[in-house]
Amino acid sequence: MSDPASLKHTPLESAHVACGARMVEFGGWLMPVQYSGIMDEHKAVRSASGMFDISHMGEVTVEWPGALAWLESLLTNRVGKLAVTRGQYTLMLDAKGGVIDDLIIYRTGEMSYFLVINGACRDLDLEWMRSRLPADGSVVLKDQGDDYAAIALQGPDSEKILRSLYPACEVPKRNGIAPLTSSAAAVSPLVARTGYTGEDGFELFVPVADGIALWESLLAAGVKPCGLGSRDTLRLEMGYPLNGSDLSRDRTPLEAGLDRFTGLDDPEKRDFSGRPALEQQRTAGLPSQLTPLKLTVSGPPMRSHYAVFAGDSQIGETCSGALSPSLGEGIAMAYLPPSYAVPGTPVEIEVRGRRYAATITTLPFYKKS
Amino acid sequence: MNVPADLRYAKTHEWIRVEGDTVTVGITDHAQTELTDIVYAEPPKVGAEVKAGATAAVVESVKAASDIYSPLSGTVTEVNAELSANPALLNTDPFGQGWIYRMEASSPAEVEALLTPEAYTAQIS
Repeated sequence: MSDPASLKHTPLESAHVACGARMVEFGGWLMPVQYSGIMDEHKAVRSASGMFDISHMGEVTVEWPGALAWLESLLTNRVGKLAVTRGQYTLMLDAKGGVIDDLIIYRTGEMSYFLVINGACRDLDLEWMRSRLPADGSVVLKDQGDDYAAIALQGPDSEKILRSLYPACEVPKRNGIAPLTSSAAAVSPLVARTGYTGEDGFELFVPVADGIALWESLLAAGVKPCGLGSRDTLRLEMGYPLNGSDLSRDRTPLEAGLDRFTGLDDPEKRDFSGRPALEQQRTAGLPSQLTPLKLTVSGPPMRSHYAVFAGDSQIGETCSGALSPSLGEGIAMAYLPPSYAVPGTPVEIEVRGRRYAATITTLPFYKKS
Repeated sequence: MNVPADLRYAKTHEWIRVEGDTVTVGITDHAQTELTDIVYAEPPKVGAEVKAGATAAVVESVKAASDIYSPLSGTVTEVNAELSANPALLNTDPFGQGWIYRMEASSPAEVEALLTPEAYTAQIS
């Protein structure tokens, strides 16, 4: 753990402690890793509902006449196709095509956008964005990361619960965003229908002062508190990448298999940061490919940085891994040479000096029946 | 927290039960609570030489792998085969069905260096 004095605290910390959370350091934040147990929390989200504190994530608003053109130059897929109230997953790349962050952008008005960025790289993202703002003042960027408390409500019961707590809310469709309550305040409560679990769900953004009341109302509605541990197993079962583990400045979205979230094949998408590097990589061929693996024998849970072998040669290492609570199997992601990234290819994963048989598989690991 | 009075304890949260020449080794109730849901156990091999204070086994929760240190030196005589199919026994019955291995101690005097139930209780409270 880094210097505890420098850790950042979520506005919901006292609620976590009251719910019996185990708190750990994550990306500079003190965050709940689990309450009742990762397995229990994971299953609650797959079968009913769970909630995650995502207040560590950053919220950024981008407004004014130059916003659209500037965002197009900053982000990989075409922002111009978003109607007001719609959102999309996108990436922000450096000049070499390396991933600075993956994020969700929503269009909240004719000339206004709401971006949700990862907690661990908020400062870096903001520095990158601010250094690229046009000098003419045509774009106004506001860091609202410290203004909002945010909770992800996830699971098949989410819509029913949201409607019971906010009967007047116009519940958004998948990837959409709407006001949570009517408010004229600068920090207005928002609800987006997104998540990181593979289940239906919502991300609720409320002013910091209202965060604990929201948490408690969800708790009273029977929603299970869930920590970063189950957030990680839920996202990995779906094959959703985690920046810092599966995404980095050393890998491009093409290597990560995220081609469809770049505008490379969209004739209306113009230049964006990293585009020439991606085009060059497409022509030259990918050096590696983010590949899903699963154990074919019973063995220890998969974790990051385990060596992957084909015969006697090491061909890569895992970047994410877990015992899938839904499947009861070891699952992992690894960057491998593309020739190995073919489903059914047998490989081995080394754990504490012993090798376990595994196979290349397809995403998602977990398919809802 | 359960700390049975008939066992001795290592500072690293393992327990031993001495019955004649056989010593049974496991992890404490406190340890299993801290480790959370245990999903995998890798006991030593029968016949393996283990050393007091050195890694003898590994248990893993969803989130982390943890080394289990042998409280005594000696030879492993039996391992709990139930744990491979049901590692959760380490959580549900850490002092009973969740035992990890049995050994023959080569330096029985090492027992004196282990904590009494009272001393272990003081350590974890």
